[in-house]
Amino acid sequence: MLAFLLRRLLLAVLVTLTVLTVSFALTRLSGDLAIAIAGPQATQLDIEIIRKAYGLDRPVIVQFFDWVWSAARGDLGRSYLYHEPVANLIRARLPVTMTLGLTGLLIALSTAIPIGIFAAMREGTVIDRAVMMVAVIGQAMPSFWLGLVLIITFGLQLGWLPISGVDSWDGYVLPGIVLAFSAIPALMRLTRSGMVDALASDYIRTARAKGLSRWSIVMKHALRNAAMPVVAVAAVQLGFMLSGSIVIESVFALHGVGYLGWESISKNDFPVVQAVVLFLAVIYILLTLLSDLLNAFLDPRLRTT
Amino acid sequence: MSALLEVSGLRVRFNEKAEAVRGVSITVNKGETHCLVGESGCGKSVSALAVMGLLAKGGIRTADALSFAGQDLRGLTEGQMSRLRGDKMAMIFQEPMTSLNPAYTIGSQMAEVLVRHRGGSKRAALDRAAALLGRVGITAPGLRLGQFPHQLSGGLRQRVMIAMALMCDPDLLIADEPTTALDVTVQAQILRLLMELQAELGLAILLITHDLGIVARMAHRVSVMYAGKVVESASAEALFAAPTHPYTRGLLDCVPIPGKIARGAPLGSIPGTVPRISLGFQGCGFRDRCGHADASCAQDVPAQSFAEGHDYACRLPAGWATERAA
Repeated sequence: MLAFLLRRLLLAVLVTLTVLTVSFALTRLSGDLAIAIAGPQATQLDIEIIRKAYGLDRPVIVQFFDWVWSAARGDLGRSYLYHEPVANLIRARLPVTMTLGLTGLLIALSTAIPIGIFAAMREGTVIDRAVMMVAVIGQAMPSFWLGLVLIITFGLQLGWLPISGVDSWDGYVLPGIVLAFSAIPALMRLTRSGMVDALASDYIRTARAKGLSRWSIVMKHALRNAAMPVVAVAAVQLGFMLSGSIVIESVFALHGVGYLGWESISKNDFPVVQAVVLFLAVIYILLTLLSDLLNAFLDPRLRTT
Repeated sequence: MSALLEVSGLRVRFNEKAEAVRGVSITVNKGETHCLVGESGCGKSVSALAVMGLLAKGGIRTADALSFAGQDLRGLTEGQMSRLRGDKMAMIFQEPMTSLNPAYTIGSQMAEVLVRHRGGSKRAALDRAAALLGRVGITAPGLRLGQFPHQLSGGLRQRVMIAMALMCDPDLLIADEPTTALDVTVQAQILRLLMELQAELGLAILLITHDLGIVARMAHRVSVMYAGKVVESASAEALFAAPTHPYTRGLLDCVPIPGKIARGAPLGSIPGTVPRISLGFQGCGFRDRCGHADASCAQDVPAQSFAEGHDYACRLPAGWATERAA
C-alpha cells in the first residue's frame, strides 16, 4: 500500500512539472507578451519599460526557473491588471468555484447512479435503451448551449431561478445542473455497465442462494462492486467540472476561478493565466490521486497488495 | 425413509427453440446423498438451479410436482422462495474463486445469512460463523472472519461456502460440482467433510457431478442424466452392479478400474457429443450415439424397471446386458 502510494505521488509530481512547463511555454508562444500587455497605442519605450518591469528581457530559461522556483514557494506572481498577488485573486474566487463544482458533482451523482441502477436492472429492455439514448444525446450537448437554454427557460420565461450571479444559494442551481450534465452520461453508463456485470456474477448467484432480500442483493452486494469505478471516475469528473467551470462561470457570470482565467486570457494577464492553469491542473492531479486512493480503499484486493 | 425433495416432470427452457431440462424426476430422501450424474450440458446444473428458483433471467420452469418438506414450491413468489433459500435449503457452487463477494469480509457474508433468516445480533451470527468455520476444518476461524475472499485459497473458499450454507442448519444441501475446480487432494478433503457433516447433521445432499469416482464414494442413490432427462435411477450399489441404460454402461466403460480392465486394452468412449434438443423432440435423446438404437428409438421411450427402485428409460429389456454377456 505504501509503495503504491509513493508511486502515485511520484507520478503526480512529474505531471505537475509537465503542466508547469506547458503552461509557461503556451503563454510565451502566443506572441511577445510585452507588446500584448502594452496594448496597440504603446510606444517602443513603453514596451521596453514593461519588458523590464515584468522581467521579460531575461533569457526564457531564466524566466522559467524563476517562475517554477517562486511557484514552488507559493508565490504565483502579481497580476498586472489587478495589481495584486495572483494567489490572493485565486483564494478570493475559490469558494464560488468549489461550491459550484461540488453542487455539480452532487447533482450528477444523485441523478446518474439511480438511473444507472434502474437501467441495469432492466438490461436489454426498451427502457434501458431509451435511457442510454438520452445519455448519448446528453454527452453530445455543448454546455454553453445548455446553459443558455436553461437561462432562457427557467430564468427568463418561468422566472424561477436567477440567471446570473450567486447572491443567494439558488444562483448555483442552474450552473450546477449544466455542470452536472457533462458528467451524468459517463457516470450513468459506468454505473449501468458495472451493475450489469455485477448482477450477472457468481457472487450475486450466491447472494440469491443465501435467500437475501432483493434490496440487499442489489444495493449491498452488486452496487458495492459496481461503485468502485464510479467513485474513481467521479473524482476525475470533479476535476473536469472545476476546470470546465471556465465556460459555465462566464455564461452565468459567476466570479470564480474559471471566470478569472477567462478574463485574464482575454486581457493577456499572463501571470494569472499561468497560475490559473497551474492551479486547475494541480487540483485535477490531486483529485486523480484521491480517486486512486478511494479505489484502493473500496477494493480490498488493492488495499492489501 | 421419507422424501424431503420430490421433483417430477421438471422442464426448463430458456427460449422458444431449445429445452434444457425435459421432464426430470428426482426424489431426495432425508439424510441421504443423491448424485445427479451426466456430461457437461446435460441439464444437471440447470435442474438444480430450477429447484432452488435460481434460474438465470429468461429461464422458464414448469413441473408436474415440485415439493420440499411437504411444501409445494411451484406457486411460491420470489419473496417466499428467498425465505426458504439459505435457510432450509442451501446451495454451493462449482466456482469457489468467484462465488464469494470480493468486497465483503468472510464474517460479514456468513453472518448476514443467519441475521436474514433468524434475526438476532450480528455479534451472535459471527460467533456461529466462527464455530462453523472451525467445524469445516478452518484453523484460526476468528482471524478468517475478518479476511477477504482473495486472501483465501480455493479449497478454503469452498470450505467457507460450505460453512456459510450450514449457517441456518438446512435440511437439504445442493452441491453443484463442489470439487471440480479444486486439486485432487483438496477434493478428497472436501468430499470427506461433506460425508462427515451429513452423518453429523442428518443433511440430505443433492450432489451434482460428472465424476463417477465421486459417485461411487458418496452416493446412496444415483440419477444419470442425459440430454435433459434422467435415463437411469437406482441405488448406488444397484447401478454399479447392473448398469442397464446403454448410456450408463457407456459412462462406466470410460472409467479405468484397476484390476478390472485388461492392461493395454483401450478405454471405452462414447462417440459424438450431447445434442441440442429442440422443443418438441421425440424419442430417445441418446439414439444417435447409441450402438443399440433402431427405428423404434425415435418414438416415445418406455419407462422400465430393472428391479424395485431401479428404473431406466430405454426400449431394451431389463436383462439385455447380462443376456448378451452370457
